[in-house]
Amino acid sequence: MDEATLLTGLRAALADGVLAASKAPDDVPALTIRPEALLPLVRTLRGRPYGLDVLLDLTCLDDPASAVRFTVVYHFASFAPPARLRVKLPAAGDAPAVDSLTPFWANAAWLEREVYDLFGVRFKGHPDLRRLMLHEGFAGHPLRKDYPDRRRQPVAPEEEAP
Amino acid sequence: MSGTPSAFNAMLGWARKFSLFHYPFVTACCGMEYMSAACAHFDLDRFGAGLTRFSPRQADLLIVVGTVSEKLAPVLRTVYAQMIEPKWVIAFGACAVSGGIYDNYAVVQGIDTLIPVDVYIPGCPPRPETVLDGLIKLQDKIRLQDQDWRWTKRRS
Repeated sequence: MDEATLLTGLRAALADGVLAASKAPDDVPALTIRPEALLPLVRTLRGRPYGLDVLLDLTCLDDPASAVRFTVVYHFASFAPPARLRVKLPAAGDAPAVDSLTPFWANAAWLEREVYDLFGVRFKGHPDLRRLMLHEGFAGHPLRKDYPDRRRQPVAPEEEAP
Repeated sequence: MSGTPSAFNAMLGWARKFSLFHYPFVTACCGMEYMSAACAHFDLDRFGAGLTRFSPRQADLLIVVGTVSEKLAPVLRTVYAQMIEPKWVIAFGACAVSGGIYDNYAVVQGIDTLIPVDVYIPGCPPRPETVLDGLIKLQDKIRLQDQDWRWTKRRS
């Protein structure tokens, strides 16, 4: 399936859930969608005829200058036939929450924990939303642009012997 | 010297400096340089530090090789606490010495914020010759120190 057909088909399936569709400079077709359109989009993607049933990556952007501060970015792929899709999801507010993809992909669990840990974006429906990289006592989310870059925090505490 | 006869002290120092059992706490790329220094080409064994122990309870020299993240800090503290007295610590490479290039939210800025360090080996990574020089400096330090032969606890 070529990229134009993919984008046109998804636009038709989601109607006003799609805010923008374009081809990025790296030739990956990209969709910007409304947060509530994420789960319908994923259901459409995984089924026929698209078959984009691989969650390659899930990450986040913080742009304090933008009207919507956080953008959660998903990368989907299909192996046969080969295809890729990038989905951008603007998440409003200083402590945004978007739908979790853990019901669809098991690997979403750790990817979402990483985004929660470093950006403070919460994922609704995640079964175990804890920090992944940093220790539990860490305060704040260090990849946010307003996190002070030289701030020192106490190291992880000693664990009690079992 | 705290009451230890000096000839006995010198003998103990000589014995200890040539029988270092080291525990490599290897976390990052400096590990390659540690392997190079420890294996046959440069050979720590020439200086009596050939026996690598992979249990801290059998080691008296802790070599911290590489970046220590803040999440790993309690592990390093536990490993140090598990070692028997007398014990020494070498900070191997820029990251263990000072955090190196990783001046960020996740990395300990020098392991001496966690445990006492005897010898700092700088470099990113240090050349094997630098490692051997650091080991010889530690041996000098061991030879000259009060050997504390009653095995009382020197530090917590």
